[in-house]
Amino acid sequence: MKFESMADFIGMGGHGLYVWLAYGIALAILLLNVVQPLRQTRQLLNQQARRVRREKGLS
Amino acid sequence: MAKNKTEKNWMPRWFYQLASPRWCYDITGKLLPAFSVLALLLLLGGTVWALLFAPADYQQGNSFRIIYIHVPSAILAQSCYMMMALAGAIGLIWKMKVADMVAKACAPLGASLALLALATGAIWGKPTWGSWWVWDARLTSMLILLFLYLGVMALHSAIENDSTAAQSTAVLALVGLVNIPIIKYSVEWWNTLHQPATFKLTEKPAMPAEMWLPLLVMLVGFYCFFAVSLMLRLRHEILRRERRSSWVQALVESR
Amino acid sequence: MSKMATNEPARRRGPSAVGVFRAALKRDLLLAFRSKSDLVNPLIFFLMVATLFPLGVSPEPGFLALLAPGLVWVAALLATLLSMDSLFRADFEDGTLEQALLSPQPLILIVLARVLAHWIMTGLPLTLMAPLLGLMLFLPADGMGGLMLSLLLGTPTLSLIGAIGAALTVGLRKGGVLISLLVLPLYIPVLIFGSGAVQAAVTGLPLAGYLALLGAMLALGVVLAPLAIGAALRISVSG
Repeated sequence: MKFESMADFIGMGGHGLYVWLAYGIALAILLLNVVQPLRQTRQLLNQQARRVRREKGLS
Repeated sequence: MAKNKTEKNWMPRWFYQLASPRWCYDITGKLLPAFSVLALLLLLGGTVWALLFAPADYQQGNSFRIIYIHVPSAILAQSCYMMMALAGAIGLIWKMKVADMVAKACAPLGASLALLALATGAIWGKPTWGSWWVWDARLTSMLILLFLYLGVMALHSAIENDSTAAQSTAVLALVGLVNIPIIKYSVEWWNTLHQPATFKLTEKPAMPAEMWLPLLVMLVGFYCFFAVSLMLRLRHEILRRERRSSWVQALVESR
Repeated sequence: MSKMATNEPARRRGPSAVGVFRAALKRDLLLAFRSKSDLVNPLIFFLMVATLFPLGVSPEPGFLALLAPGLVWVAALLATLLSMDSLFRADFEDGTLEQALLSPQPLILIVLARVLAHWIMTGLPLTLMAPLLGLMLFLPADGMGGLMLSLLLGTPTLSLIGAIGAALTVGLRKGGVLISLLVLPLYIPVLIFGSGAVQAAVTGLPLAGYLALLGAMLALGVVLAPLAIGAALRISVSG
């Protein structure tokens, strides 16, 4: 463990803003890359399910 | 027909199976959980190691910890371009639909990784150089790489027909692939001309093991994450293009 | 063309490679000369961009002289880009392009002739006009030779790379902006070495290295770009 206290860890020896900003952006971009395709897939499947129901209702 | 098959045996069987979107959807479904767990563990472990246990740099202090995301994302952004161009070439030559889809899935993923590398590089630059942006050779080539990704994505979205779009972007990606070494060389040369002896971000004479080991963990973690995200995008693309086929219909109805 | 063909061995039917190239070049040049605006517009644009910088930044000679190598090169690059959109468009719209794709003559030659014609109509005039811009931007007289030589070697590469973008977007309605997006990143090495050559000429450093690099890029472009342009045209026209 390289840090004495929690405040020390958050402060990062004066570079806290930069380190946490970088890790925050990384987290956001990585999450987006997982969430976006999952959401798109779910939307697509829902859309297809609606289409199937509609076509069944017609026939 | 049988003779034809034996003649073609120089290609492994999985290569032909890969060409089937359905097989590809199934196999990625099986691989996804393992890769997700691996990516999560490696990234979490690597982050904890990088933030808590890795030593601070004697010159840059704790801002050095940004290296653990900057370098993996930069490496991955470049390998992603290579993969996109190779998949595009396979799609062009063997008319393999799945390869086209892989190439398409690579573009936004690579662009976001290039963006991440640029953002972390800029953030790192502030405490190191005193300004958010410096026309450093690596950052500039990464910016140009991002432009190349954006061009590929713009071309893809401008063409409505899926297969034409895939072929056109494959040609563009290959042209870009030939150009990347030239761009890198020219930018590096330009940089040495205009900014002699600047302090380089990632060139350390000898990094101690306790510094580069977490970097290695993060790099492997990023690769696993890349595989996960690529498979997710690929699965979406497969479903989108095969939405009229019977197996997708069955999948939809069984939900 | 027929004269060339008769010099070839009798077993070969149709025109020779050189004959095809000549015929295509002649046709393209003739068409280009008939539409004067296509010839003049990039040149006017080139001049206007160069006028904008003193107005927008500063008319101070020392300052402009410092910027001049880069400015002239950026202006030449943008002017080339501007003329790129129309490279294959007319041929695409009237069906000539499709005929060229179907013809037994090698597409690479036809494409190469097209690009050469484009360069003669834009790159060459730009090179010849560059000293005028150099004067307007107070480029030192020592730099003029370097400017013209670098443009002479660099603009054909710009035409070749731009033609790839033009071929990829020929079937699209909003091709114009898209070409810039696709092609500009690929222009960067030419820009770097081109303006580097001018700067070297201004400071009295040897030029040969820069010109050799520009020449190497041109050689690579002549070999590889026609393949990409041909493939892109086939995809765009059939799709």
